[in-house]
Amino acid sequence: MPERGAPEIPVSLVSLRVNGTWLSLRLDNRTTLLDALREHLDLVGAKKGCDHGQCGACTVLVGGRRANSCLLLAVACDGSDVTTVEGLAEGERLHPVQEAFVAHDALQCGYCTPGQICSAVGMLAEAAEGHPSYATAPDRLAADSSPGQGAPEPFDALEIRERMSGNLCRCGAYPNIVDAIAEAARS
Amino acid sequence: MTDALSQDTALPSPGAPLALDSAFPRREAREKVTGAARYAAEHTPPDCAYAWPVPATVARGRVTALHTADVLALPGVLAVLTHTDAPRLGPSDDPTLALLQDDRVPHRGWYVALAVADSLESARAAADALRVEYDTDEHDVRLTADHPRLYTPEEANGGHPAVRERGDFDAAFAAADVRVDATYTMPALHNHPMEPHASTAWWTDDGRLTVYDSSQGSATVRDTLAGLFNVPEDAVTVLSEHVGGGFGAKGTPRAQVVLAAMAARHTGRPVKLALPRHQLAAVVGHRAPTVQRVRLGASSDGVITALAHEVVTHTSTVREFVEQAAVPARTMYTSPNSRTTHRVVALDVPTPSWMRAPGEASGMYALESAMDELAAATGIDPVELRLRNEPAAEPDSGRPFSSRHLADCLREGARRFGWEGREARSGVRRAGDLLLGTGVASATYPVLVSPSTATAHADRDGSYTILVNATDIGTGARTVLAQIAAEVLGTRPDTVRVDIGRSTLPTAPLAGGSSGTASWGWAVHKACTALAGKLRAHSGELPAEGLSASADTEEEAGRESPYARHAFGAHFAEVQVDTVTGEVRVRRLLGVYAAGRILNPRTARSQFIGGMTMGIGMALTESSTMDAGFGDFAERDLAAYHVPSCADAPAIEAYWVEEDDPHLNPMGSKGIGEIGIVGTAAAVANAVHHAVGVRLRDLPLTPDRLLPHLATAPHAFPLAVSGK
Ligand code: FES
Ligand code: FES
Repeated sequence: MPERGAPEIPVSLVSLRVNGTWLSLRLDNRTTLLDALREHLDLVGAKKGCDHGQCGACTVLVGGRRANSCLLLAVACDGSDVTTVEGLAEGERLHPVQEAFVAHDALQCGYCTPGQICSAVGMLAEAAEGHPSYATAPDRLAADSSPGQGAPEPFDALEIRERMSGNLCRCGAYPNIVDAIAEAARS
Repeated sequence: MTDALSQDTALPSPGAPLALDSAFPRREAREKVTGAARYAAEHTPPDCAYAWPVPATVARGRVTALHTADVLALPGVLAVLTHTDAPRLGPSDDPTLALLQDDRVPHRGWYVALAVADSLESARAAADALRVEYDTDEHDVRLTADHPRLYTPEEANGGHPAVRERGDFDAAFAAADVRVDATYTMPALHNHPMEPHASTAWWTDDGRLTVYDSSQGSATVRDTLAGLFNVPEDAVTVLSEHVGGGFGAKGTPRAQVVLAAMAARHTGRPVKLALPRHQLAAVVGHRAPTVQRVRLGASSDGVITALAHEVVTHTSTVREFVEQAAVPARTMYTSPNSRTTHRVVALDVPTPSWMRAPGEASGMYALESAMDELAAATGIDPVELRLRNEPAAEPDSGRPFSSRHLADCLREGARRFGWEGREARSGVRRAGDLLLGTGVASATYPVLVSPSTATAHADRDGSYTILVNATDIGTGARTVLAQIAAEVLGTRPDTVRVDIGRSTLPTAPLAGGSSGTASWGWAVHKACTALAGKLRAHSGELPAEGLSASADTEEEAGRESPYARHAFGAHFAEVQVDTVTGEVRVRRLLGVYAAGRILNPRTARSQFIGGMTMGIGMALTESSTMDAGFGDFAERDLAAYHVPSCADAPAIEAYWVEEDDPHLNPMGSKGIGEIGIVGTAAAVANAVHHAVGVRLRDLPLTPDRLLPHLATAPHAFPLAVSGK
């Protein structure tokens, strides 16, 4: 039997740009990006709902794209640019998606909310780049097969529901979430 | 916590006459959209350690060996608590909290050890590495309607008598013109609030315990911990400032808070423990599966003469919990001859508990499905059938209703939904590969209220503070309590601070049973009334420390009412059934409620819609299978247990009728947190019947259950190419 404390925990030095600031962290190689944010950087906006990529509560933007941070090992994100819900507002001014969530009461317990908001921000960018979804009408696909052709038209509730279905909300705030995102998409 | 004063200045405009009835935005919205709101696992005291529980991997037996030495040798591991060395716990009336006290394994997933380490990663690795040996006994986890060990309990959840009989059901049923005799089943369901149960706990040298806990009511958590750890109640402080949903699963203290406090005591360090999602099914309670036989006898005009609702369900060997599914049948319809019964069997399964509208949600699925069958059998429109069975007084108790506007909900819902002219035949509305159908169901939920205390304080600067240990699990408690206070004090809500979510505040009951606002609000109303009196009597400037008044509603809220008090509602659903895939999708869902005075339309609507959304899951996707051989739920995480997603929630609308009921509380409100789920599953299932023309009585209505009935559909796509 090995002596207590004999083995070492493998650690790595990880550089992350989080909400605009470069940080250097010494992390256990097993640490996920989510736990790095929550337990090491005290950025608790990213929530842990399942830790298994099933709920979307941990959604943050990595390199501008939405990602389930519970599925990313922090060491593998070395050099990445990460935006969390804490990094969306500009000072006191909320991001339009945050603003719309407040206005539409698009939350109840609020636990899924940061993930919903980060996901919505990432999703609106994807749509604006012309990425289709399952709900995008085929004729639209045919007309604009090349990427970067702008958001599918109409960018309606169906599109939003489909694209936001990776973010579960057990409180059932979905109709208000969809309204909020639709408003933010218009602005 | 105290919320910022500036947040609800936007609505309504200054000088608005009433603080109540207005759609004030929820106070903590800004904190929640910026990530500033902290939940129980989001406090990290200095030197905080992390714990990870170890669940039993057998369905029944005894722990014979725990190889802790190997685990203690792993880097970063501080302790492995087991029944041999965990702190001995004092008494509690909840045996599910007697954790790590003996070697017994009453069900798979029961905690047998707790790993504690310097980091989350090391704690998880330690828990994974622990080898546990067991003596295994035969287990029995399968609920059947004729299980030999079924018994009639003394009472069902909520203190309801297990059995009620009125008149002569057997004779009346035999003599009825029209009879429905149907059995409905529902699997176990899981609450799965998005925030898994979590606690952060620490002891100080003076023997005081502080915990952040994900709980629906921190007062009970405090009292329970004091008993378990044998310390005075005032030596325990419990904080539940923001809670990521609960739906009943956080209604009483659960394993996480006891384990975190144990580990903190054992290691002398603060300990954080968030239960892994896939462990929740076994340890935080579930909605028990039910087998429900409903018999309705009616005259040819549809008026019910005989009603029996007989429920069979399971509980665990640890604690008896009986889902009171036959109880709503005691309230709903004319039924001169009635039998409502519960029988239960204690199996080697996790302990069931509260899940949103326990009893009502499950029972009304069966009763409202049977009503739909009666409508079909009599050829009477389902809305009309319900109207014909409106009782003059509560059938079971004979007491008059304090208010009952079910008929208005049905009529108003029918009007808004466009029910009139509905195709009477089922299985005939077709659009391409889709079959379409509509369905209706009623809803009910009792008016519950508990005594509470509260303090109201007036400051010199004209602002006010309300102190009450209410909990906001997503309802908007701070917002509505500010409104109640403002109305009594004749001020605007934005001049009222609301301090809730901490056990050191005036004691208040849990956020549960749709009773929070009524219970806390009553005490706030009373305290503010007293404060307003003091302010009127006071002349000149207030003293430097301001003026305060406290209230306790022990007497008035605890008093039994001579009235039957319930909220009612009506749900209307339109579904499409894909004849190729068997998939059912809800196209529209509309609810109309009669729930007393609606104090804040914005947050109320959110709660109604949230309940209805959970009802869609109950109807179509949510199912937890008890694996008989393995002895555990098969669907334990969010990949396997399908809660509704955004794409599953279509146009969902909630409305209410004006209801002025003087027999409730000073605000005139009924509870709204649960009624949204009640009846939704039946409305959806009835719509599926209308679409397909086949009655499916086992929830959820998944494609595999639909497909056998769709194979002969005229345009059905061949599902498999036959090799023969
Ligand atoms: S916590 Fe990452 S997807 Fe659920
Ligand atoms: S607001 Fe509670 S889970 Fe979405």
